[in-house]
Amino acid sequence: MKIGVLAVQGDFEAHRAMLGSLAVESFEIRALADLEGLDAVVLPGGESTTQLKFLQEEGLFHPLRKFAQEDGAIFGTCAGAILLATEVLNPPQDSLALMDMTVLRNGYGRQLSSEVRFGHCTLKPAPLEMVFIRAPIIERVGPGIEILAEDAGRPVLVRQGRLLAATFHPELTFDSTVYTFFLGLIGERVRA
Amino acid sequence: MNLLNDNTWRVKVGLAEMLKGGVIMDVTTAQQAEIAEKAGACAVMALERVPADIRKEGGVARMAAPKIIREIMTAVSIPVMAKVRIGHFAEAQVLEALEVDFIDESEVLTPADEEHHVWKHGFKVPFVCGARNLGEALRRIAEGAAMMRTKGEAGSGNIVETVRHMRAIVDEMKRLTTLGQEQLVHEAKNLGAPLDLVEYVAEHGKLPVPNFSAGGVATPADASLVMQLGAEAVFVGSGIFKSSDPSVRARAIVKATTYYKDPKAVLEASEELGEAMRGIDVRQLDEKELLQTRGW
Repeated sequence: MKIGVLAVQGDFEAHRAMLGSLAVESFEIRALADLEGLDAVVLPGGESTTQLKFLQEEGLFHPLRKFAQEDGAIFGTCAGAILLATEVLNPPQDSLALMDMTVLRNGYGRQLSSEVRFGHCTLKPAPLEMVFIRAPIIERVGPGIEILAEDAGRPVLVRQGRLLAATFHPELTFDSTVYTFFLGLIGERVRA
Repeated sequence: MNLLNDNTWRVKVGLAEMLKGGVIMDVTTAQQAEIAEKAGACAVMALERVPADIRKEGGVARMAAPKIIREIMTAVSIPVMAKVRIGHFAEAQVLEALEVDFIDESEVLTPADEEHHVWKHGFKVPFVCGARNLGEALRRIAEGAAMMRTKGEAGSGNIVETVRHMRAIVDEMKRLTTLGQEQLVHEAKNLGAPLDLVEYVAEHGKLPVPNFSAGGVATPADASLVMQLGAEAVFVGSGIFKSSDPSVRARAIVKATTYYKDPKAVLEASEELGEAMRGIDVRQLDEKELLQTRGW
């Protein structure tokens, strides 16, 4: 299984550390050639404006879309979830437009509204620890989207086929529930 | 360290994590902030005058006017930081009330307290502080800083002091990893830093918070240099808006920071740039003109 983590800006090292703790090797994606032979891609947290600019200027934008359309698995957290959404607001922004949902950037407000919360998640019986940092809000989801976790009545972890998006940061906790689920999504494809 | 179980601390350091691999740019107007955001800055630092002007014009340098900061916060969607004077916790309270995303307790402004820094654990908003060596960095972290940066010599356009400080911090951290437990107590005494933080560094070989670089970055190659020396992100102060080509230079420094390991990419970022800020030879500065010696 070959997993690449987008490493143009953001907390890509935290994602790689989480993968490492699960004994999964990962690679950094900074250029087009780094996409070759990948089974899965992780879009980390960070600034979506900064990351989007790199995707567009370095020719990664369309190849990443194609990767998803060819059934590649992608997991986006926070800024990554923004990049995956079909519609981005506050302010409107271009995106990979792969998951049928509307996302509001900085939905909770500024850094003072960042916090750690626990919420219900269908992937485990106990409440899931969720670290929200200047997090986006998923305002609308289309019919093809499965909601895996909610916070205050809003979806915060959603799935569409092999695409997974979290508005929080599982990579900043010691709980590997969400990551284990993602590895399962990749496994299905590798075996197929 | 019990800090790791503190959720407020975790979301403070969490935001610092999100800024890694990026460039944080000094801006003095909403228009500059927009240029920075368009160039791919991961955050902006709102201030009244860039360090080069503070150096030139003299006088007391204070927290920027709330009006300017608010205009910048409205103009961009990326995080907005602002500076307070060392030890001026009331300025910090004002910035927290204003809801800035990060506070820089900065030696670039005129210190308000010559013995104490702000007790940063008392705030919900995260702080970044400057350091010249490991002891200073760990004292600031003990006070609650969620991000460290080298001090360098702000407004000089000269990378030499940043290099000195980054090398000092990285070398001291490396050395700690080779020492036995009984030696760490002695080191804690010499560094003037709490033992638990010294033990953390000895075990992990790095700070418990992201370690960024600031002071004197003026070119794409400067950014690549500090990243290769161990910086996890770059602050650029006067280097962008004191150059002849702010938006092009801003984009070039952002690119060089991401592709710092790739000389061809840094070369590409360095082409077709105008003139960098003029800069000063730090050796020509009088001891009392240095900004880096502020802070204790």
